[in-house]
Formats: sequence, C-alpha cells, structure tokens
Amino acid sequence: MLSLTVFLPLLAAALLAVPRLPARWVWVSAATADLALVVIMWLGYGGGTDSIGYEERLRWIPSVGAGYHVGVDGLSLPLIALTAVLFLACAIYSLTQEERPKSYAALFLFLQTVSTGLFAALDLLLFFVFFDLSIVGMYFVIVGWGHGDRARSALTFFLYTFLGSLALLLGFIGLYLGGEPRTFDIVDLTAAPPRAGALVLLAVGVGLAVKTPIVPFHTWLPPAHTDAPAAGSAILAGILLKMGTYGFARIAMPLLPGPWRQYAWVIVAVGVVSVLYGALVALAQQNVKRLIAYTSVNHMGYIVLALGAAGLAAGDEPARRLAVTGAVTQMVSHGLVTGALFLLTGLLWDRAHSYDLRRFGGIAATARTFTLMTVVAAFASLGLPGLSGFIAEFQIFAGVIGTGLPGAVVAGGLSVAGILITAALFLRVLQRAFLGAPGELRVSEARAYEVGSIAPLLALSLVIGIAPRWLLDLIEPFSAALVTWVSR
Amino acid sequence: MTGMNENPLDLLPELLILLGAVAGLLAGLFLPRRRQRLVGWICGTALVAALAATAVAAFRPDLMAFEAYAVDLPTHVARATVIVATLLVLVLAAGWARDHHREAELYVLVLLAALGTVILAGAGDLLVLVAAYLLASIPAYALAGFAKDAAGTEAALKYYLMGAFLGVLMLAGVTLLYGLAGTTAYQDLGPVRSGAAGLAVVLLLAGLLFKAGGVPAHFWVPDVTEGASRVVAAFVTTVPKIGAFVALLRLATEVFAGLDTGWRPLIAIVATATMTLGNLAAFHQDNVRRLLAYSTISQAGYLLVPIVVAGRTELAEPALLFYVAAYAITNLGAFAVVLAVGEDLLAGYAGLARSAPGLVLALIVCLLGLVGTPPTAVFVGKVLVLAAAWDGGYAWLAVVAVVNTVASVFYYLRWIRPALQGAGPATVSRAAARVAYLAVALSLLLGAGSGALLYYGA
Repeated sequence: MLSLTVFLPLLAAALLAVPRLPARWVWVSAATADLALVVIMWLGYGGGTDSIGYEERLRWIPSVGAGYHVGVDGLSLPLIALTAVLFLACAIYSLTQEERPKSYAALFLFLQTVSTGLFAALDLLLFFVFFDLSIVGMYFVIVGWGHGDRARSALTFFLYTFLGSLALLLGFIGLYLGGEPRTFDIVDLTAAPPRAGALVLLAVGVGLAVKTPIVPFHTWLPPAHTDAPAAGSAILAGILLKMGTYGFARIAMPLLPGPWRQYAWVIVAVGVVSVLYGALVALAQQNVKRLIAYTSVNHMGYIVLALGAAGLAAGDEPARRLAVTGAVTQMVSHGLVTGALFLLTGLLWDRAHSYDLRRFGGIAATARTFTLMTVVAAFASLGLPGLSGFIAEFQIFAGVIGTGLPGAVVAGGLSVAGILITAALFLRVLQRAFLGAPGELRVSEARAYEVGSIAPLLALSLVIGIAPRWLLDLIEPFSAALVTWVSR
Repeated sequence: MTGMNENPLDLLPELLILLGAVAGLLAGLFLPRRRQRLVGWICGTALVAALAATAVAAFRPDLMAFEAYAVDLPTHVARATVIVATLLVLVLAAGWARDHHREAELYVLVLLAALGTVILAGAGDLLVLVAAYLLASIPAYALAGFAKDAAGTEAALKYYLMGAFLGVLMLAGVTLLYGLAGTTAYQDLGPVRSGAAGLAVVLLLAGLLFKAGGVPAHFWVPDVTEGASRVVAAFVTTVPKIGAFVALLRLATEVFAGLDTGWRPLIAIVATATMTLGNLAAFHQDNVRRLLAYSTISQAGYLLVPIVVAGRTELAEPALLFYVAAYAITNLGAFAVVLAVGEDLLAGYAGLARSAPGLVLALIVCLLGLVGTPPTAVFVGKVLVLAAAWDGGYAWLAVVAVVNTVASVFYYLRWIRPALQGAGPATVSRAAARVAYLAVALSLLLGAGSGALLYYGA
C-alpha cells in the first residue's frame, strides 16, 4: 500500500510515454488517486500510537545493512499527506501549462514519487537516494520551465544543495560506521544509537541545513525561487524544504541524541538567527517571490528553534514535547500556506510578467477572489489565530518558553519579534499592491482552475486553525517518542 | 594455497579471448574486404564464450594458477567487466569501421588489448605484470593511430612515448624489488625492510598509473581521447583502467603491505591530485571528448581511494571492484552517446532534447551517474569508496572526494544544459544509441541489484 503510494506517480509518468495521451489529465488523475490512497492510509493508521504503520522491508544491499525499508508514523504521515495535497494542487494549477506539457507532467510526477518516498524512507541510504533525486528533478524544473536568469539560478541551486547532500552522505557513513552492528537502517539505529560524535552531527547538520535552509546556508534559495515556475516554487518551498527539517526530526535527533543535547543551545541560537534574519531581509524585498522566499527562511527558523529546544535536557519535558508538535505542525502549515502563496505569485507573472511590488497597485479593484485568497494566505503565514500558522507557532513558543530555562525564554521572546516583522511586511504587501490607487500593471481575476488549486490549500489551513485535534492526535505520540529518544 | 597448480583450464576465459583474437586475425587475412564483418562476429563469440567460462569459474574455489596468476574474486570481476565493456566497444566499433580496409585488425587489436587488461588484473607475479602491461599497451598504441590521420598519429606517438617510458620505469621497479626480496611472486614476497623499497613502490606505481590515467602519468589521456577515433577513445579510457586498478589493489594488499614505506600517504596524495587536477581541467572544456577525458582522470582519483586503505578495511575490495565495474559501464554509455550524435563540441548538442529525447535521457543518466547520483551503479560504488576511506582512517580523503564530486557537477551540467534548450537537427546513429541505452539499463540494474552482487562477493 505504501509502496504503491510512493511509486504510483512514477508509473503514471511512465504511462506518459504512450503517444496521444492527454498528459495533464493523466497527471491530475494520478495525483488524485495518490491522495485517495493517502487518505485511506491515514484512516487506517489512526492516531494515538507511536508504532510504525504500513511497514515494508526488503533487502537491498545486505552486506552493508541497507534495505528498502519504508513505513509511516506521526511524523511522516502528515508530510506524506501534505505532499499528496500540494502535488494535486500543482497538477490542477498547471492545467493550462502550454510549454512541453508532457515532460512537465512527467517531471512533477517523478518529484512526487521522490518526495513521498523520502518521507516514507526508514533507511539512510534510501533516504539519501530520494534526497539526491529531488535535487535533480527540481534542477530540471527550473532550467526547463523557469524564467529570468534560470540557468544560473538552477546551477547555483544544484551545486549548493548537492554539496549539502554529499555532506549528508558523509554523515550517514559516519553513522553507519559507528553503528553496532553496522547498518543503514534508521529504526535499528534509533533503537541502538551509533557511537558518533559532534563531527557526524556537523556533517548531517550541514547537509540538512542547506536543504532547510538555515542562515547562513540559505543563499541558493531566493534566486531558485525567483526564477522557478510557480508550481516549481510551490513544491520547492512546500515539500523540498521540509526534507531538511524532516531529516532533523527523523535522523539527527534520534540517532545522535548525545551530540544533539550537547549542542542544543547552538541549534537554538541558529534557529533564532534564521527567524530574525529571514524576517528582516524579507522586509527589505521589492520582489514578491524573493520576499516569500525569505519568509520561508523565517518559518523554517521556528522549526529549528523548536527542535533545538527539544534537546534541552534540563527543560520541562511536556514543554519540549509541545515544541516538537508545534514544529511538525509548522512543517504542514508552511507547506500549505507557502505553497498557496507561490501559486498566487504565479498569477502575477502570468498576467503581468513581473514580481515587482512597486509596479502593482489596487489589485483588489480588479481581482476580488485573487485578493481574498492572498489576504487569507498572508494572514495564515503571519500566524493569525484561526489559521494553521497560529496553531503551529503558538505551540512552538509555548514549548520553547515553557522549558523554563532563562536562555530559552530569551530565545522565544526574540523569535516572537519575528512574527511582528512578518506581520508588518505582509501588511505592507497588501497595502501597496492590493489596496490604494491602481498601479502600472493590471491583474485580472483568478480563473476557475486557479481558484480550484489554491483555495483548497487555504481551506485546509483554516480547518487546521479551527479544529486541529485530528492532526495533533497523530503527531503527539511521535513528539513524545522523539523527546524520549533525544533524552537518552 | 593448493600447491603447484598447472591446469591450463583455469585460464579458460583468457585462452578463449586469445583464441578469438588469433582466429580473427587468420580469418581477416583471407576474407575479402566486404566480408570482414565476420571477424567481428568471431571476436564477439569468443568474448561471449569467455564470459560464460568466467561465470562457471566464479563458482569454483579460489586458486593460484602456475603460481603466478590468481583466480579469485578480483580476477572474476575484472574478467567479467572487461569482457562486457569490450563487447560494447565491439558493437560501437562495428558501426564505425564498416567496410574499412583494416576492419578485421581493429577487432583483433581491441581483443588483444582486452586480454592484456585481464591478465594485468590477475597477475600474481611481477613478471606476469610486466608482460600483461605490454600486451595491454602495444595494441592500444596501434589503435590510437588506427585512423592514420594527423591527430591520431600525434596521439599514438604521445601515448607510445609515455607508455614506453613509464613501462621502463616499472620494469626497473620490478628489478629492484627482485633484488631486495629475491623473488617476483607476490605470495613469496615477505616483509622487506629497506629504504629502496620506497623507490620500488614509486617505480611500480609509474606503470600502473599510466594505465589507470592517474596524475602525474595522465598527460596522454586528453590527447588520445581527442585525437584518436571516438571508439578507440571510449576503449582506452575505460578498459585498461579496470586491469590497472585491480592490479593496484593486488599489489597494495599483497606486496606494498609488506614493505616498510609510507605508501598509503603517497597514494592518498596521488589520489587527491588526480581527482582535483582532472576536475579543474575539465571545467572549461568545450570539446566533449576532452571533457570526458578529464572526467575519466578525476574518476581515476576516486578509484585510487580504496587502494589507499586496501588491507586496512574489508570495505576496500568491494568498493574498488564495484566502482570500477560501475565506472566502466557508465563511461562507455557517455561515449556511446557521443558516437551516436557524432558531435565533439558542446554546441553541437543544442536542441538534442527535441530531436532525440531518449538519447538525452541516456546522456543525463550517464553523466549524473558519473557524478554518483542514485540510483545508478556509481552511486553505490561511491558510497562504498567513501565508507572505506573513512573506515580505513582516511576520513579527510573522503571529504576531498566529496568536494571534488560537487565541483564535477558543474562541467557535467555544462553539457546537459544546451541539450535541453533550443532546437537543432541531429542525425543519430542507431546502433550507438542502442549501446547507450544498454549501458544506462546496466548501470541502473547494477545500482538496484548491487545487493545481490555484493552479497555474492562477500
């Protein structure tokens, strides 16, 4: 069942080789079927348990203890669901994509398999396979369908994230060599953490930090986002960035509990810097896509802060669990909301071929639905109560400050300032581009397929914001397990 | 050891290749020009038979034939890899050499060079090593100048001068070691405590680094790759490496280990220089053949890494054997794309995605495969190499390899990108394209099926 969910999109991509098939509809159908499978899995897995569901384990390279080992738990299932939702949204959004629709659909289906596979992987090598392939897939999306200086941005993206992935590989080899017995299996290594020191954490940490991205490893992100097509940006921000934070929670923390606790304060500090730096730089942007890209740096900072706080052994345990739950919720929330925001910027490019805030104005007068969706997305992103961002960020701050350690209280307090800055910058965007006098460039109303792709993402954010229990019930057992693992 | 073993049947794969070459040569003498294709079939059949014999031999216990030739796992892997790679080269050559008046000679020379490479890999005695070196080299010199054009002649001359010079140095190394130890058989070479042992190591390395295309014996690689015919370039940058690295592995575990020298740091430095120089030089090449030439040099650098830690970690042997096989297949795939398209300049690949999408996909898989992107075979090889380096106490070498890998992405992408954009007419050679697809399939299969192979190997 899980393997089918992972590989169904790839099969659909292979199907595209048949001539005269309507590529876009194959894509939408495959994405819908995949989402249906995920929903069935969610219902079947239920909540309130920290066991692994839908586990499949095959031998791949037994001599080094690597295998095809997949499964879901309270961390991976929400992200697999997010992947299915966001890729379906992109499929619908791209229904009018005219430029080489077949290869475009095939590439996105490939990326969907890669992303789902990564979140399902319970083996370090398998994780790395998907991690690396995500870079390859996204490179071709940017270089093939991007705009602006796309070749250069794509190359920067590839080189930078590839360096990160190889650092990660070195870290994985360190984990493998430190294991007793030697294995790449995440579950086995979680049960008996390998003897590995701070250097291994550094390698794994740098690899994941590039992907997340965390300041100062974020410089590839703004150009990649700016020059990628809208659906590519949505996937890059919504799914690919999560691979970094997911890796921290899945690999770095359970497998390297000692070093993680030892350097928890460093991680907290890096998180705070990312939060503040991302927000401040975003404030200075005139290019909408760059602005959203930097808010991603800011949002990922909250997650790092929360995961760092979870490693503060002296802190209050329930509070640390709360922080982890907040971090996972933030991954889902950011995926939905930022995915929606990037798809919305795609409308600007489609109508006016510009992302420059100063050239827009009074969009609300000509495009009501578009404005409404942007307002909801912006408020969700800055963490307004009633939307998913609030649930996530509230838990993170409550958890970090609730650890009761003076340093954590300071860190939490500083990070709350990040919310104020993002609030200011989103209000500035709304004021400048959507309200007021008409600008130089006009934007026409959102079309049905655009609403059909973006509105469900925002609706989900609203559902999580109002009634989050169904999601939190799934995450909380994992949070408890993670805090136990990291406290060993 | 099973005592004195003089059963010629233990060398059946080698004998079959030799038989194919001799039969091909004789047939070529009597066949009219238009029928010389038959020689290709004879050589191909001999290789297939040799592959079958290898498969049978692989299930027998290890042994030492004639006290000078090891029949064990490294030899089996080298035999199989060389034979498969040579078969692919023969298919590529058949398309290019059709109706050439020396068509038969081409096949025979390829077969003889392949035979030399196999023996290089199996040599368990320094004298056999030297003989194999000559057998692997001399047909290759002739191949480099086969087209008889100016570029090819210059390439052949450079190749020959360099090979002869370094071969003499290797011979001097063998002499020196014989003088020190009183024997040339690997198994009888005991620990040697002498300052001259270091010199012997350096001299032996000279010849093998020439075959492997490693720094500082790499100067022939770009010139031969660019100057010789494309098929020959594919052959000399791929097949001799297999024998050279397996021979190095054997020397490192059986001979160098007993010498009182700092050979590990020495090879580590050579490895670093090889991968770094290869990558730096490849950066701004506009000719894909030179680009691939420097890429093969950098690959030689990665392949030297398991040699450094040979004998210190059990991962070294599987890492080297797997990587060398994966490299051979992937590199041949990339060359097959060059042959299929028939263009040497990067600009000639513009718009290939429109006219030949399958071929571009093959190119992408091969080039990213050379980088070590999963799930291709080189990825598994690279993971093993990095793990071996770390496990053997050379973690810094693993870091160097990783940094170099990232740098190499730059020039491989320089080749892929133009292929995706624009539109250009291209006529594609079908046979070569099929070889490229086959190489891609083999590379992916080897990656996915790596477990079975490594399991069997262990």
